[in-house]
Amino acid sequence: MAKITLDNLAHSYLPNPGSEDDYALKELNHVWDDGAAYALLGSSGCGKSTLLNIISGLLQPSQGRILFDDRDVTHEPTAARNIAQVFQFPVVYDTMTVRDNLAFPLRNRGRDERYIAERVQEIARMIGMEEMLNRKARGLTADAKQKISLGRGMVRKDVNALLFDEPLTVIDPHMKWELRTQLKKLHHDFGHTMIYVTHDQTEALTFADKVVVMYDGRVVQIGTPEELFERPEHTFVGYFIGSPGMNVIPARIDGNKAYVNGSYVELAQGYGPLNGKVEIGVRPEYARLSQTDGLPVKVRRVEDVGRHKIIRAEFFGHDINIIAGEDERISADMNRVSFDAAHVNVYANDWRVQGEAA
Amino acid sequence: MEKTVNQKAWFLVLPVLLLVAFSAVIPLMTVVNYSVQDTFGNNQFFWAGLEWFREMLSSERMWDALGRQLMFSGIILAIEVPLGIFVALNMPKSGFWASFCLVLMSLPLLIPWNVVGTIWQIFGRVDIGLLGYTLDKLGINYNYTQDTIAAWVTIVVMDVWHWTSLVALLAYAGLKSIPDAYYQAAKIDQASRWKVFRFIELPKMMGVLMIAILLRFMDSFMIYTEPFVVTGGGPGNATTLLSIDLVKMALGQFDLGPAAAFSIMYFLVILLISWVFYTVMTNLDKREG
Ligand SMILES: Nc1ncnc2c1ncn2[C@@H]1O[C@H](COP(=O)(O)OP(=O)(O)OP(=O)(O)O)[C@@H](O)[C@H]1O
Ligand SMILES: [Mg+2]
Repeated sequence: MAKITLDNLAHSYLPNPGSEDDYALKELNHVWDDGAAYALLGSSGCGKSTLLNIISGLLQPSQGRILFDDRDVTHEPTAARNIAQVFQFPVVYDTMTVRDNLAFPLRNRGRDERYIAERVQEIARMIGMEEMLNRKARGLTADAKQKISLGRGMVRKDVNALLFDEPLTVIDPHMKWELRTQLKKLHHDFGHTMIYVTHDQTEALTFADKVVVMYDGRVVQIGTPEELFERPEHTFVGYFIGSPGMNVIPARIDGNKAYVNGSYVELAQGYGPLNGKVEIGVRPEYARLSQTDGLPVKVRRVEDVGRHKIIRAEFFGHDINIIAGEDERISADMNRVSFDAAHVNVYANDWRVQGEAA
Repeated sequence: MEKTVNQKAWFLVLPVLLLVAFSAVIPLMTVVNYSVQDTFGNNQFFWAGLEWFREMLSSERMWDALGRQLMFSGIILAIEVPLGIFVALNMPKSGFWASFCLVLMSLPLLIPWNVVGTIWQIFGRVDIGLLGYTLDKLGINYNYTQDTIAAWVTIVVMDVWHWTSLVALLAYAGLKSIPDAYYQAAKIDQASRWKVFRFIELPKMMGVLMIAILLRFMDSFMIYTEPFVVTGGGPGNATTLLSIDLVKMALGQFDLGPAAAFSIMYFLVILLISWVFYTVMTNLDKREG
């Protein structure tokens, strides 16, 4: 168990990277606290696997250092780092039985057989494969293989960190929930530092103390699920977290008013002059449809998704989404939208701008 | 939907059928024909039944040749397969040197059999061959025309030189198909180099290795040209492998009947061993599943 520090870290897969675009992972400084559970969230190709592979030593970074507590491990091999990692693509040793697969990492470290047998049994129970222990791994279904991979990742208790790279993608929803619970329990019981890569925001938000959002090789925000929801630091975080994502509307800011096509929206704070692409971001949860308040919208469609209704509408030529309560009545003459001023964020070139108290 | 019945497709198979008939079935039937008949010349044949088969089965000469043949195939498989795997494991995985190695290793495979034989025949000569001369000067008694061991070593080394590349190339193809994640997982699990080979590389290579072994077995079991060019089957009968013996009998002595019976048994032995081989390997494969 260790605190992991990334110092000036960056990585490019090219031998002689020139511009910033050549980097799969852009310069990054971050400390992963000892014993915390992190979810690493981001769209495909943003560098999540690259980051994990650098932490576990499968990949040598082009620049920067990695510290475990205060030990510099940048040039240490994977074996010396004592890390467990579960890959996106399930890896099982075909010719071995499920039991031997699970025991493999322990045997390679020379643990005694009694301990191994005990531990394998425990893990098999966690992943629900006790009955299959004596089967050969070859020919098992994809989700069984993924569970074995996961089990091999969890079998060692003394690891410095546990890295999971989308370990539950091909597993059916019920089992997914079950395994997620097991992972949380594992984290609770042993307090490993855990980094969990996923595409799935609900998975991220339920699993982690802190969520790290990556976009295009960069960490754009690290925060609690609540922070990500209330104050997305980057428009990507706004889009990516929440369903539907944040409404982002081009605007012109003047003091504490945001002008959209001549009409204005009140802001809770004042802003100085802004350059570049200026937008406001409002979560659908903080927009309200009514007959009288706010600016005109054209409602296109109302979707009832159970707990609430999603209203798809057009706002000065931009698509926006509004969320209304389940029992709120939506009538045809409701053609105005108002925003909760405290929850309207302002973005310049996709990054959030902090306002001054007005 | 109604299926249309149309038998015209048979015509498309016809050319192949004809080709196979002329190239394989008819010649084979001729051999069968010879094997059950006897002649006193003048193109007059009469029925001999299984006489030739009985004679060949009790002929020490054939059993000796079969023994030598099995020994030859066994030795070259025992060398070429591990050596081929070893070479494949040590080849660069990508870049210029990977292509370079591939080309270099394909070269021996492209040389015609009799040329390979001639190359080694000259190479091993004590008077003008680089190998023979050097060994001789080093004080090693090497003369493949007189010494049985030297003759065997020469034809085995020649076959290894000629065909190890085939095994290596097939094994290499098998290795290349292993996703990176396997090696990464093995590193995380702290598997030793040997375990990576035993539990990742070997299982993934099994399929192509099976093909390589089968090919090398059949090919070496029928080998004729190269040893014939180098040793001519000698010294004595020391390197007279099955097909060399067969040709001696059929063309040298013109014993068509026995030679035909010999051919058929030869053919059946290859078929049998290959079949046993294939079944055992595929069953092994299934049982592991
Ligand atoms: N071995 C490699 N060689 C060259 N480029 C690579 C390699 N692996 C990844 N990349 C590139 O680096 C970038 C980041 O890849 P990475 O695999 O880290 O993304 P990811 O966030 O894990 O995506 P996904 O969610 O699809 O797994 C991508 O643009 C990818 O094309
Ligand atoms: Mg990935």
